[in-house]
Amino acid sequence: MPTALDILAVLLILANLRLLGSSRLAACIRAVALQAVILGAAALLVNLSDLDVRVVIIAVASTGLKAGALPWLLRRAIRESGAVNEIEPFIGFTASLLVGVGLLGLCFLIGSPLSAHVAAESGLLITVSLFTTATGLLVIVSRRKAVTQVLGYLAMENGIYAFGMAFAIQEPLLVEMGVLLDVFVAVFVMGITIYNISREFDHIDTDRLSALRD
Amino acid sequence: MLWLLLLIPTGAGLLSMTLRRQARLRRWLLLMAAAAHAALTASAWVVRPEAVLYGWLGLDPVSLLFLSITSGLFLATSVYAAGYLRREPPRKTDFQEGLLFTDAPEARFVGCLLLFLATMTLVAVSRHLGLLWVGVEATTLASAPLIYFHRHHRSLEATWKYLLICSVGIALALQGNFFLAVAAKGTPEVHLTIEHLMASSRQLDPLWLKAAFLLLLVGYGTKMGLAPMHTWLPDAHSEAPSVVSALLSGALLNCAFLGILRVHALLGAAGLGDFSGQLLIGLGLVSMAVAAVFIIEQADFKRMLAYSSVEHMGILSLGAGLGGLAGLGSMLHMVNHSFAKAMLFLLAGNILAAYRTKSTRQVRGLLQALPLTGPLWVAGFLAIAGSPPFGLFVSELIILKGALQGGHVLIAAAYLLILGIIFVAMARSVLQMAYGVPEGAAPESTRVQEAWAVLPPMALGALVLALGVYMPAWLQEALSGAAQAAGVR
Repeated sequence: MPTALDILAVLLILANLRLLGSSRLAACIRAVALQAVILGAAALLVNLSDLDVRVVIIAVASTGLKAGALPWLLRRAIRESGAVNEIEPFIGFTASLLVGVGLLGLCFLIGSPLSAHVAAESGLLITVSLFTTATGLLVIVSRRKAVTQVLGYLAMENGIYAFGMAFAIQEPLLVEMGVLLDVFVAVFVMGITIYNISREFDHIDTDRLSALRD
Repeated sequence: MLWLLLLIPTGAGLLSMTLRRQARLRRWLLLMAAAAHAALTASAWVVRPEAVLYGWLGLDPVSLLFLSITSGLFLATSVYAAGYLRREPPRKTDFQEGLLFTDAPEARFVGCLLLFLATMTLVAVSRHLGLLWVGVEATTLASAPLIYFHRHHRSLEATWKYLLICSVGIALALQGNFFLAVAAKGTPEVHLTIEHLMASSRQLDPLWLKAAFLLLLVGYGTKMGLAPMHTWLPDAHSEAPSVVSALLSGALLNCAFLGILRVHALLGAAGLGDFSGQLLIGLGLVSMAVAAVFIIEQADFKRMLAYSSVEHMGILSLGAGLGGLAGLGSMLHMVNHSFAKAMLFLLAGNILAAYRTKSTRQVRGLLQALPLTGPLWVAGFLAIAGSPPFGLFVSELIILKGALQGGHVLIAAAYLLILGIIFVAMARSVLQMAYGVPEGAAPESTRVQEAWAVLPPMALGALVLALGVYMPAWLQEALSGAAQAAGVR
């Protein structure tokens, strides 16, 4: 189903741009949750010919966690901290979008020879997976709010997950569950830390965490 | 038996989280679990346990070496931790800013400590690179609450940096694992077990393999504290309780190093050893140089020790990159550094408790004020700076000899120069702390003279001294076996 996969890949690009261009934290959370849903659908599509219980369980579990549980946790965190908008990021929203488009071009440059090099499910998906990871990194380094940085981390993980899917890397169940668990626990621990930061400092701006330096 | 190694600390950790009231029982549980883990590890030297879980968990010579360091260190620190927790008041004022703060619940602290041991054990015994990744990520998550034990804003800041920087690093390492899997697509079966990859190393795609190594080096290198990805390390080490700093420096950094070694061995088998070796040498030298810059004029003695860890991780990476004799030296150096650094961090905890400051300038007259901790602190400094007769002298010399044997004269010169600078810079701070007259009120020395606070660092110091003067044949064999299995020999 290359066309359907390509459509999903395009949707993923749009979700990334939404994440880069939006100042509202709630919209960013939705964009990352949308990524997770797209990836869940793509995971089922890739394995449509030999769909077994294992694939379905992994896809449903990861979509449930990343599109349901984690957004819920992060929404709670922003409610606690009272932060609504990402204010004055280091790279502005329009500039972020422009950088994002530049990154997309770069990923096409890198991605097409890669997909020619090794047989893959969908050439576009490789490019987009790299783009998603790059978007995540960009969000982590260019935003001030702790919540947005966690969203960037989640986007990075989504990109890596998409990369594994594009190359149809079949990791054994145990490892997949381990990875999933790690992502979940990582965001859970980060969520608790954000809660503590907002209680201790009355803000969640990580650039103002600067007591420790040399 | 491998299962027991994993399940004992996990079970004890979960159990101690539920023991909210029974503080005494909880501390005994910590000690018993640490002792049981150490005993099991010791027995593995006699009878090598069978691999389990389709060969994903197994003990090769490298695993055994890493596991033994972790287990021995944990035993020593758990004694210190049990005493520390007994004496630490739950509410106190922060000596740096005078704020009132509380500690995290002790049940959670002890539980996370034991889970931390379980996750480090998982890293050591993993024979599957995916599982190893899971283990390394899990160590971050188990140790983050430990850094935020003293609940004040500086430790919270350190915890956040640690979590975010290491998680991003680990995410890059996951991408690296996927690259490895792509590199293995040409082989009949894609498995990330070390046996399978090593057996089919010649069929792996070299381009993807190199890219995978880069990502894994950056990812695990972040966790290991190699410069320039080391920025979380001084903050986390200075703000965590000293027990935790000792475990982070002595055991956790090694675990990340193991991840890098596994892939380095794979590249070596695939005929790309020069590529990965040169990267390791480069990062090693950069780490040493960066550490030297920050150790000079360092005003906080816990940060000084943290930067010294960056330096020694650089030495390990350099030795592994050079290979040959230097690779063997790197294995020995890892053992020495773990014990010496843990000793120093535990002593730093004693000094901190007595003087209530982390500033090197405000601590004076250590030898006089703390007659046991003081001399040990000076001895620990001599050990970590690589003076004879301590073990680090021997291992640093072996690495130097390895570099010269390989004809790397410039690298050897840079290595010696940086070691010299760090020796002088640390000597200045440490000796000033040791001599002189204590200023102002006499430090509260009673507490730190107790057995739990002095015996563990003393035992660790004795080990480092013993390794410097006498190397038993079985240990030599084990080290060279480990170096061979890690592909650095």
